Amino acid sequence: MALVSVKDLHKSFGDLEVLKGIDLDIEPGEVVAVIGRSGSGKSTFLRCLNQLEQHDWGTIHLADQRLDGSAMSPGELSQNVGMVFQSFNLFPHKTVVENVMLAPVVVKQTPRAEARKIAEEVLDKVGMLEKVDAYPAQLSGGQQQRVAIARALAMDPKVLLCDEVTSALDPELVGEVLLVLESLAAEGMTLILVTHEMKFARDVSHRVVFMHQGRIHESGDPQTLFTQPKTPELSQFIASVL
Amino acid sequence: MTDFTLWDIVRNLLLAGRWTVVLSLIAFVGGAAVGLVLTLLRMGGFKPIRWLIRLYVDVFQGTPLLMQLFLAYFGAAALGFDVSAWTAASLALTLFTSAFLCDIWRGCVEAVPSGQWQASRVLGLNYLQSMRHVILPQALRLAVPPTVGFSVQVIKGTALASVIGFVELTKAGTMLNNAAFAPFTIFALVALGYFILCYPLSRYARYLEKRLYGAGIR
Repeated sequence: MALVSVKDLHKSFGDLEVLKGIDLDIEPGEVVAVIGRSGSGKSTFLRCLNQLEQHDWGTIHLADQRLDGSAMSPGELSQNVGMVFQSFNLFPHKTVVENVMLAPVVVKQTPRAEARKIAEEVLDKVGMLEKVDAYPAQLSGGQQQRVAIARALAMDPKVLLCDEVTSALDPELVGEVLLVLESLAAEGMTLILVTHEMKFARDVSHRVVFMHQGRIHESGDPQTLFTQPKTPELSQFIASVL
Repeated sequence: MTDFTLWDIVRNLLLAGRWTVVLSLIAFVGGAAVGLVLTLLRMGGFKPIRWLIRLYVDVFQGTPLLMQLFLAYFGAAALGFDVSAWTAASLALTLFTSAFLCDIWRGCVEAVPSGQWQASRVLGLNYLQSMRHVILPQALRLAVPPTVGFSVQVIKGTALASVIGFVELTKAGTMLNNAAFAPFTIFALVALGYFILCYPLSRYARYLEKRLYGAGIR
């Protein structure tokens, strides 16, 4: 039984059809890398998965539950699907630990002491425990992104969506964030990553999905996909990014 | 005719100046309360309400405060309401202030980056929870300097209440001048009175602005 099941997903912005029918099943514990040129619809696809964008047609199921439309409230959604953004989006007026505690306390109504314990656990997981009382502005980009990952994990989601999470980072800070994602993958977290890090996609993901003009153009295990692309579009794309 | 010493003039201006301060406070506190409610309603989703509030803001920003005072005073009388200069001035200045603060604050809420909305939405916070825990605390910090700055406009705006017979600093100046015929001294003192009230606020607003940008919040 697939954990995430997407059927015939369509999305337009005005006259521009960005997603032209996406079908994708993702197993529990699977790490899926979504690659493709900018404008191919990969970020929009990711944002439909947690309803930051409302799609026009098609269905999204999580385990057996319908997730799209208004089947789930934002509160329920957040406990199923976590998301990490390219621009971190930490809350600048809150400390690291307050950033992580906010959703458990406000949305899940977790008692503060318990939320604090959860926050420390997830911050330890991303190696940011010693910075609990720092403000985001006092952290490097890589550290901020690790806190953002911890913040998403604090809601104990079943799937974590990562939208180009290393694209805004200086090259020397990319590694520490990828390392955290790698350890999450090793723990069996289901990850869907839109990424430009081809090496990471190849080494860590179980499956790579190549999107082109609003469709899944090609997908498969990373070794085969990168070494023997079937379509000229994918070979061209690989040639341009490697 | 009676001779006015400088002290007589200053004393009378100081006494009237109290009412400038009180009227400013009423206008500012009342305007802030109404403005806050309007800002929150305007940020909410319901279109007709947003449209009405925008109309309200446009009307008060697009007409002279003097006309608003006339309408509140003479207009109410024409409609058969017996309003005192106090009530009319308080009402007109409160509405005027609320319209400007509503617009200033809307700008501050909109200045909070959209990524903050998205992040709180993704974490499961609903509209009110996002507002309360994420957006408003950040908007508030942005809002303090322009709000303090605008309070200066409110203080100077109270001078117009003199035309409907409200005895504050300006009206007292006019009345004193009618008796003492020392326009230069008297109106210089009146101006000085406003300056003493406004200058510290302007300085404070400038200081807050510097501190805000210094902290690198944006």
